[in-house]
This record gives sequence, C-alpha cells and structure tokens, in this order.
Amino acid sequence: MPTNVIMPQMGESVAEGTITKWLRKVGEQVGRDEPLFEISTDKVDAEIPSPAAGILSQILVKENETVAVNTVVAVIDGEGAAVAAPAKQAEGEVAAAPAVSAATPPSTSAAKTGAAGAPESPAAPTAPAEVRSSPLVRRIARDYQVDLAQVRGTGLGGRISKKDILDYVERRQSAAASRAAAVPAPPPSPPPAAVQPSPPPSTFVGPTQVVQMTPMRRQIAEHMVTSKRTSAHVYTVFEVEMTKVAETRERQREEFERRNGFKLTYTPFFIRAAVEAIRDIPVINSSVEGTNIIYKRDINVGIAVALETGLIVPVIKRVDEKNFLGIARAVQDLAERARTKHLSVDDVQGGTFTITNPGSFGGLFGLPIINQPQVAILGVGAIEKRPVVRDDAIAIRAMAYLSLSYDHRVIDGAVAEKFLGRIKQILENWDEPVL
Amino acid sequence: MPVRTYLEAIRQGIWEEMERDPSVFLLGEDIGVYGGAFKVTAGMLEKFGAERVIDTPISESAIVGAAVGAALMGMRPVAEMQFMDFIACGFDQIVNMAAKMHYRWGPAVPIVVRGPSGAGVHGGPYHSQSNEMWFVHTPGLKVVMPATAYDAKGLVKAAIRDDNPVIFYEHKFLYRRIKEEVPDGDYVIPLGKAAVRREGRDMAVITYGAMVWTALEAARELEKESISLEVVDLRTLLPYDEEAVLASVRKCNKVILLHEGTRTGGMAGELAALIAEKAFEDLDGPIVRITAPDTPVPFSPPLEEYFLPNAWKVIEAARKLAKY
Repeated sequence: MPTNVIMPQMGESVAEGTITKWLRKVGEQVGRDEPLFEISTDKVDAEIPSPAAGILSQILVKENETVAVNTVVAVIDGEGAAVAAPAKQAEGEVAAAPAVSAATPPSTSAAKTGAAGAPESPAAPTAPAEVRSSPLVRRIARDYQVDLAQVRGTGLGGRISKKDILDYVERRQSAAASRAAAVPAPPPSPPPAAVQPSPPPSTFVGPTQVVQMTPMRRQIAEHMVTSKRTSAHVYTVFEVEMTKVAETRERQREEFERRNGFKLTYTPFFIRAAVEAIRDIPVINSSVEGTNIIYKRDINVGIAVALETGLIVPVIKRVDEKNFLGIARAVQDLAERARTKHLSVDDVQGGTFTITNPGSFGGLFGLPIINQPQVAILGVGAIEKRPVVRDDAIAIRAMAYLSLSYDHRVIDGAVAEKFLGRIKQILENWDEPVL
Repeated sequence: MPVRTYLEAIRQGIWEEMERDPSVFLLGEDIGVYGGAFKVTAGMLEKFGAERVIDTPISESAIVGAAVGAALMGMRPVAEMQFMDFIACGFDQIVNMAAKMHYRWGPAVPIVVRGPSGAGVHGGPYHSQSNEMWFVHTPGLKVVMPATAYDAKGLVKAAIRDDNPVIFYEHKFLYRRIKEEVPDGDYVIPLGKAAVRREGRDMAVITYGAMVWTALEAARELEKESISLEVVDLRTLLPYDEEAVLASVRKCNKVILLHEGTRTGGMAGELAALIAEKAFEDLDGPIVRITAPDTPVPFSPPLEEYFLPNAWKVIEAARKLAKY
C-alpha cells in the first residue's frame, strides 16, 4: 500500500510551507518516523518524519518549492521490495526490508520501540498478516492512526485486544504531551499522521475517549499557558457609552455599504480609538526582552477571529497610517480570508497589540490572555442598551464594557487606566467621518 | 408493595384487563372450573362468569380459530394453550389466519395466545419445548416472553391491548419460583422494548425468559473475577429491540447470546447476524452462542440438566471470551 506524504500544518496560521531539503532520495528505504524532509514556514522550521516505513518511491515537490498545507509531496511505497532497486540500499539497511519476517514476533520489537518515541533504528517491519486483532481494534487503529505492529497484544496468541490498543493510544498521548512540555519554543512538529483534526467521537468505546489535539489546538494551548506564565496579568474594566458611535454607524450604514460593498461594523471604531490612545501612551505598543522594553514604531493591531476549529489572529499592519475606511477594509479582508483559510504567514504575525471581542455572543466583558510578546489586549463586550444616570435622571443609552488585560511588568495601573480612559473619551465623543 | 409470583402477576394482569375492558374474554382447556392446569385462571370463572371464561374441547385449532373469529367481531380473546407444545395443533390458525389477515384484507386481529413453555421441570419432550422461533419467523405476529413477575403483568396487559395477534410465552419454571414486588393497579410494559437487567463493562449477555436469571447468576459469580457482565433481557422477540442489542454490543464490544431453545435457527443466530451486519466494527471478539443442543428435550433429569444452558456454562464461556 503506497502512503501519501503531505505538507503538514505547522501552526494555527500557516496555510503553506516550503520544502527546504529532502533528507532521502527516491528509491531509498525509510523507516517510520525517520526524518524525511525539512520545511520552513515563518513560524517554524522543522524536520518532518516519515508517516510510514517503506521505499520513497516519488518526490512530487522539489526543494525550495512552496505548496499549500495537505498537498501530497511524496509517496512512500510500503511494499517497497517490489519497487525499489535493492542495489541502491546501503548494506546496513537490507535487514530492514519488509520481506517475510515471520520470525519476528510483534511483541519484542513493539516493546522496545515503546509508544510514539522515535526509534534509533528502524524497527523491523512486521508483515501485517502477523498482527492478530479484532474488527473493533482495527477500527480504533484507523481512527487514531495507529500502526498495529507497534502495539503489544496480550490476548490469546498475542492477539491485540481493545484494552491493548486503548492503553497504547493513551500512552502515546501522554508521551506526546510530556515531550511538548519539555521542549519550549519552537513547538514540536506534529507528526503528519496527526495533521487532520480528529472529530469528537460519535460513539464511545469505553468510559473515556482520547482525541488528539489538532495542531492549531496545541498551538493555542501552549501559547495561552506560556503567556500566563510570562506576563503579570492585571485587568481593568471601563464602561463606555456607545451612543455617538452607534448613531454614526446607523446613519452611515447604508451609504457605506453601497459605496464600499461591505458592511460597516463596530470593529474599526474600536481599532481607530485604540490606535489614537496608543499614540498617547506608547508603552502599550511594546514588548519585553529580558530587562529591556522594546518600543515598536509601527502599530500593528491583531483581531481575534473565531473559527469553527479554533481561533486565529490576523494582523492589520501600520494601522496608524490608515484612515477609517482603510481600517474597515483591512478588517473585512482579513476576516474573510481567515474564514476561507487564505491567510498568508505574513498576515498573522508582527502584531503589537490585540483586540478581541468576547461580546459577540452577548458576554458583558471578558478578561483575555495577552497575546505574547505583546503587553496588552483589549476586550470588547456586547453593546447593549442599559439604564444609566445622566444629569441625575435615568436615561437609556447604548453601553459597552471595555476590558484591558495588561502586563504589570511594564504597564502600571495608572497608565492602563489612562489608556482605557482615552479610548473611552474617543468613542464617547466620536466625530470622525467614516465614509 | 405486595409480593407476587410470576404466575400471580400474570393472573392479576389478565384480571385487571377483564375488569377494564368487557371485550376481553378467556378460552382454553380446563381454564374455568379447574382454573387451568397451572391455575393461572383460578377464580376467574367465579368472578367473570361462564360467558367470559370458556372451557373448550381439547382442540387447539378450534380454540385459536374461535379466538380469531371473535376478534374479527370486535372482541379481545385471550386463548390459553395448556402447554405451548400443543400450539402446533393451532398452527395454521395462527400463522395463516391470524398473522396474515391484516396484511391481506385489513382487519385487526387482537388475540393473545398464551401458555407455559420451557424446560427444567422434567416434563419430557412434549411438555418442555421452547418453540418461540416458529412464530418469530412469522411476520404479522408479535412474540413476547417475560422474565420477571413485574414484566409478566405489564407485558400481558400490553399484549391484550395490542391490535396484533400476540403469542405470549410464560416460562413454567419461573411460575412459582420468581416472587417479587408487583404493584397493584394499572401499568404497561411496551412491547418491543428490551431491559438492561444489569449494567456491565466487559461483555454483554443478550437473553430472554428463564435464562435471564441464569445470566444474572453467572454475572454475580464472574464479578468476583473482575469480569463485568451486562445482562440484556429482550422481553419481546418479535419485533425485538434492535437498538438495545446494538447499544450493549457497542458498549461492551464482546457478546454472548444465550437462550434455552435449540441452537439451529434460534434467536441467537438471528441476533448474531444483526450484530455482524450492523456492529461488526464494534466487536473485540467472536460472537458466542450458548443454547440447548439440537435435540428434543430429554426426559431423564441428568440428561435434561446436560441439555439446558446453566450459569456454569455461561461462566466458562465468559472466561474464555474475556481472555480472547
């Protein structure tokens, strides 16, 4: 059975990758999980392991070519003996050819190889016919992309039982988790086998079901924990009257859409206000490196966009050089491309400040985690009409809670309050044309 | 709550239905003055009178035929077979008349044909058969076999109220051996719904009738060896509860099919086919059948014991399957 080797997704934002080097030549023997090629994206450079043992029969993407994620870049032929010229094999590798190796009991090689660990030498592949299992075990193997030759069977005659494979999957998950924890940035390259997001199980085979995180999920998880560990998070919340902004939006909405072909949303108002406030308080637009504070000239604002499968933060570059319409257009463009998975690596990096919108499903406000290496993040709550006191009378006004999570290592409370106060002032006295 | 036997629960169920619905009446051999061979209908004649509790000649064909005719005239007859072995004499009335009338020309045939079946009481080959599969193979019928006293009452009431011909198998071994709390008053167990008698993890035993108790006994024993059996009581064999069967297979991944009837053409074969078709990829071991062998029920007590499945046979099979 030939196995397709695909370009893996190396991070939540990455849509393509460049092959920088092939580590194996066509016709060569390759063991499962042995390094096969190197790729480069702006986020990570990584060595990609082979998803299967066999002969590298075709290379479809040459070095220095860039292709989309999930593109087939090579083919590994599992029954390689028939395809490859054995003469090309290095002497030491002959033993690994998957000829009939009936003498190799699956238990010994599997026990030594252990769970998911990269073997120092290619394990002698076991002919599939030797692995005895059950329909259920084969289904679990398919769902979790388990090579049954790696699983030790404890059933009658070495048969792999449900318990054996579930134990194996669990060990593999925890091994992967501890490896991820031990190695800091860059994140470990996920094995290609795990690239496809695993859907939640529809039926349970036991009291619990183990589902591997998608690469995006892993990135988010790691990033969030790292941020909490890195920054001294402090939060402050302001209530802002949105009457002027709401009126402006209501008044210009139709004309705006007619002229520009997309809807006028609240997001550009908040970006605009944040940029103005950052100009007054530049430390918001900084990052920390050791004992230095790095101030950034450009103001690049990231906008958190929820996707069905996770979260992505495309960045609008040099927002301070754009007028309102320019910002609105950039938001529209990035959100659209985020949802259709057409973001480039460049679109998701270089952010210096982030705005997120916990109010999109009605949340009053959220206390977001800072997007490293930034030092502050603005959370926009739901805009809704509330009774408020104006001139000692109760009035009905469009209100919103704005929250700021900031890094107390560089931003003190008074500074953060001043920043959020400035945003409030801009929004409550909105007078900028939006067309 | 009053404690009743399986037999008393059936009597109470029929009794309540007779009180509730004047179109319900009984007919059968020696059911009136004598109160039935097993006394299921004892006291009925005195309570409901000779018009509604009718002693018939010894002719199962006539009993079922009369019941079908009465049903066509709007009655809800409950016909007793003194032993279910003799239902064979009424076979044509059941499978060619009662079962097909609704399909052929539309009328409902709400009859219940009920009686004792099963072995374990040294009744020999003519008084011990489990012949439910004759009727499970006949579309147009419903086939019911309760295992508990509570179910026996609720199911007999449901059978009487059902508009289809229902063959209601009572297990004679359970008649006076099962005693449990059975509430007074009306409740109905829907036909076609199985019951999980015991939740388990490692393998499911799917069974019905007296074998439910056998499975539970085995489960208690195997618990000491950390083998966890789930016990599913089908309760209705036609139409059987496919969903419940598949749910237990998907949960436990190993399955034992257990019944007292003989092996070839038994319920276990039908369930095995269903599981292979619809839950193949949930199986972590072979489907195991535990049934009586393909012979008549022996008269000799030691041979009858050998013939019938028992807890020991279930335990042996479960140990083997657990290791698989």
